[in-house]
Amino acid sequence: MLKRTPLTEAHISIGARMVAFAGWEMPVQYSGPMQEHLAVREAAGLFDVSHMGEIEVIGEDALELVQRLTTNDAAKLEDDQVQYSIFTNEAGGVMDDLLVYRINSEYFMLVVNAGTTDKDYHWIKQHADSYKVEVHNTSQGYALMALQGPRAELILQALTDHMLDHIPYYWSQRVSVDGVACRVSRTGYTGEDGFEIFAAPDQARHVWNRLLVTGHSHGLVPCGLAARNTLRLEAAFRLYGNDMDDTTTPLEAGLGWVVKLLKANDFTGREILERQKREGLARKLVGFEVLDRAPARDGYTVVIAGQEVGRVASGSPAPFLKKNIGLVYLPIEHSAPGTEFSVLVRGRDVRARVVETPFYKRERKFD
Amino acid sequence: MANIPEDLNYTKDHEWVRVEEKRATVGITDHAQNQLGDVVYVELPKVGDTFEVAEPFGSVESVKAVSEIYMPLGGTVAEVNDSLNDSPEQVNDDPYGDGWMIVIEIENLSQVDSLLNAAEYEDYIKEEGAE
Repeated sequence: MLKRTPLTEAHISIGARMVAFAGWEMPVQYSGPMQEHLAVREAAGLFDVSHMGEIEVIGEDALELVQRLTTNDAAKLEDDQVQYSIFTNEAGGVMDDLLVYRINSEYFMLVVNAGTTDKDYHWIKQHADSYKVEVHNTSQGYALMALQGPRAELILQALTDHMLDHIPYYWSQRVSVDGVACRVSRTGYTGEDGFEIFAAPDQARHVWNRLLVTGHSHGLVPCGLAARNTLRLEAAFRLYGNDMDDTTTPLEAGLGWVVKLLKANDFTGREILERQKREGLARKLVGFEVLDRAPARDGYTVVIAGQEVGRVASGSPAPFLKKNIGLVYLPIEHSAPGTEFSVLVRGRDVRARVVETPFYKRERKFD
Repeated sequence: MANIPEDLNYTKDHEWVRVEEKRATVGITDHAQNQLGDVVYVELPKVGDTFEVAEPFGSVESVKAVSEIYMPLGGTVAEVNDSLNDSPEQVNDDPYGDGWMIVIEIENLSQVDSLLNAAEYEDYIKEEGAE
């Protein structure tokens, strides 16, 4: 039995194509992934991401426990600030990637992937015994919507008196959206400006509909998981399960910038990551472009000098860039930008080249 | 509702076929392109390649998926629509016209009898949709 979000019926009522994803019935597309993708780059898109999990750590030792389990330095966070981070296992492998919301010094909300929510919750519980904290899986308590794109702020601002330009990138605030109490953060998974909006499940449909109606004249469209995937890939955001898992370390995944080996607290897997950093990596995740019209997709075999060296972690046509792009783990000696390799596409050798990531970077406003 | 021209034949793999004497022009149906979404790449065989009936001869890719395309009739590829290299979107815009894929020199004309007509194809996609 698939789980439904508070918005599932709303999706079906406007003709979304629904699929099973990580145990949830989710919209994969409405008008089509290409149109939805371009709308987010050029105007705005609205996504239901209520399948994401929320785990709350509350109590005197909340910060200590978050520090113990995640690689980034949560001690740097102020109230209402948000941080991208990683749960590592004893071997330094990635158990999940997450956003850490500091609500206050004794209250952290961790937003984790849908398919890993239960695993993460048990992992945290298992390590919480010696800490003065309560750990709650509050995923059922929130609907989560992502409003993304250059016109996201304009659209959301029409529904609130709260000055949204006072919410910097990776900060959150409590915002009343058309009278509904929400937590709104300036975060997202598309490479565009935008917000993620947490609302109570019974009020989510009101917020969703009001955003769609208000945004319509600004080019806002509802978007599904297919566009979410191509948008994140153009921005070179990693997808857990594709681009990293229990067997890859955050350093190999190119996430060294969220591994704070020098932070005051010890964390799971730290020694292994220190050693890996000292001794150097044997492989790493890099971006590539296909030098051919054929897309190289997830799982396609990668060949260097006649030797199979791995599989494409994530690969897809990139609707905005109009190229075929992807992420792949390559042996370190073949990972420099400019290096060429082959991908097997239905038995045919297709050439690809390592490139710098992100593939797509929006122009930022500086204020 | 999908456009299903009366004068064509169809397969259960959603190819359309226009048989003219010993030759057949082949593409994918309006229903198929609609299911697939925006086509970004079409892989086609070379002129002179020979295939059995129901053998895959190429593939159509949208942003999110790859679908194989199957020979509605056995035979030899006589012409290939090379313009799909640069403009794969013709498969969406004009599936029965500019979006054609190959012309086959038909090996065995009796195979034509096993193709669906427009009414049969329409019933078939209705059944498929109801499942």
